[in-house]
Amino acid sequence: MTELNLLPLLGIAVIVIGFALRFNPLLVVTSAGLVTGFAVGIDFVDLIATFGEKFMNSRQLASFLLILPVIAILERYGLQQRAKAWVAGIKGATTSRILSMYFVVRECSAALGLINLAGQAQTVRPLLAPMAIGAAANQYGDLPQDVKDMIGAHAAACDNIAVFFGEDIFIAFGAVLLMDAFLKENGIAGIEPLHIGLWAIPTAIAALIVHLFRLARFEAKIRAEIARCQQQQSEEEQTPSNTNSALKEESL
Amino acid sequence: MSLMNTPDAQSSLLSIDNIYLLIGFIVMFLVVKTLQDKAHPKRLTTALFWFLFGSVFIFGDASIALIGERNTYLWIGINVVIIALLAGMNMVSMGNYEMPCERAKTEDANRFGNKLFVPAVLIPIVTVICTIILSEIQLGDFYLFDQEHVTLSALTLACTIALLVSWKITKGSPLQALSESRRLVDSIGWAAILPQMLAMLGGVFIVANTGTAIQDLVTLFISPDNRFMLVVLYCVGMALFTMIMGNAFAAFPVMTAGIALPFLIQGHGADPAPLVAIGMYSGYCGTLMTPMAANFNIVPAALLDLKDKYQVIKVQIPTAITLLVINIFLMYGVVF
Repeated sequence: MTELNLLPLLGIAVIVIGFALRFNPLLVVTSAGLVTGFAVGIDFVDLIATFGEKFMNSRQLASFLLILPVIAILERYGLQQRAKAWVAGIKGATTSRILSMYFVVRECSAALGLINLAGQAQTVRPLLAPMAIGAAANQYGDLPQDVKDMIGAHAAACDNIAVFFGEDIFIAFGAVLLMDAFLKENGIAGIEPLHIGLWAIPTAIAALIVHLFRLARFEAKIRAEIARCQQQQSEEEQTPSNTNSALKEESL
Repeated sequence: MSLMNTPDAQSSLLSIDNIYLLIGFIVMFLVVKTLQDKAHPKRLTTALFWFLFGSVFIFGDASIALIGERNTYLWIGINVVIIALLAGMNMVSMGNYEMPCERAKTEDANRFGNKLFVPAVLIPIVTVICTIILSEIQLGDFYLFDQEHVTLSALTLACTIALLVSWKITKGSPLQALSESRRLVDSIGWAAILPQMLAMLGGVFIVANTGTAIQDLVTLFISPDNRFMLVVLYCVGMALFTMIMGNAFAAFPVMTAGIALPFLIQGHGADPAPLVAIGMYSGYCGTLMTPMAANFNIVPAALLDLKDKYQVIKVQIPTAITLLVINIFLMYGVVF
């Protein structure tokens, strides 16, 4: 045990604590670098030069900046509004069909790099959640709040899962470039971002299958939840101790 | 394909050095725009933040030629520390942007229709086609693409084409596109630099032998000969670390330097590309399950007025755990 040198791990502790306490991530990461350097006894000036060298050698990570002018000009001319119109136009009689359609399109567009086309604030809150809840209300009548919440949470989850597992296919996404830079820095040559993006596809497909399978069974879950809420409600009405509501009814 | 099998990084039109210069000019353009934004609440510090970042791209290579590597790395290192301090003291913010009202944009959207998607979709398509087919094109003695950074060269070409196509469709010029991009860059803010900072930290870990320390620690618990347990440890470790930190990017250099690189790649000859791709996705499974990733998991619950603020996470957990298990078996199946 005495041979184990844990000092180089101090920086990892700084990262964990810094992120957990919600300090600015750039500050946390730089501090972690400083702590790691001090812990293993690197001279301060050498450490700063190491920062510079490593930062300069990972400049390819900034290449996503090249894409932003294109997205910016398209947004100026209504790209997000067009996407909203598309979401609003999803045809589907059932909640699970609406969510499934959204999931497929969102994952595919994220794979093409259109990550900010939709989002929790842009599309889920104003469009997807109300539409999914509306479809269920059409089918089953007035919905208990618990059911509405459940459908809303599923709409939000759809957006997250679809984007997460689609975006890593896009070669100019930060995660892909980070992996590429990491491998190059560690002396592993001959890997292009394209290879990493390609190897993201199997998991992306698995995510699609797993989540669509869950959404296919979601309709039954909505029915069960409605039945449970109704039963709960009728039980509450039947309990004799509930005199308050009984009194109210009489006074009406 | 070509007769000359001696790719020389220097003799290409879209060389990586030229791409860095281009990025540098874009960033400096945004700095000027920020300085012109008189009503910007944090005008000078935001401009300084991006100037320090952009100067690494514009002056970096020239500086190495002029004053040598050591001095160049030193001033860049100082830039990095100031960048982190500016971000840490919350001195970088959004400014003011001229944007047409919602109704005008909706009218534009209706006018252009689905053509609006064309330039955006062109970027990945052109990039992939160029990377696969056109990478060895030569103009005289010049390669079109940097032979060591084919994907990035192709991406640069694709973005240029997409910018011209959007000009044709919307009549919005590339210069206007650049100005508009300040809104996006500012809304991403310091997060735009986080991946590069993490890559830098990964580099510091290499110098400090952090990976070796994790290695020693890991061998206390797991036999380095057990491939399957190593894969499980990497995937589950990525997910757990991400849950603690709320950020898969931050977990990546730690877990990959500590487990994937020494044990799986060097120890068992694992194929790096699928290994890191699936490893990162294992981290994303963690993102789906943690309140630390508040933007994704807690903010939507608030937006939707859910009674239970953890309900989005609860809905995501079954998919996340299923995918984590799939990732483990997928990784074990393909990397060796």
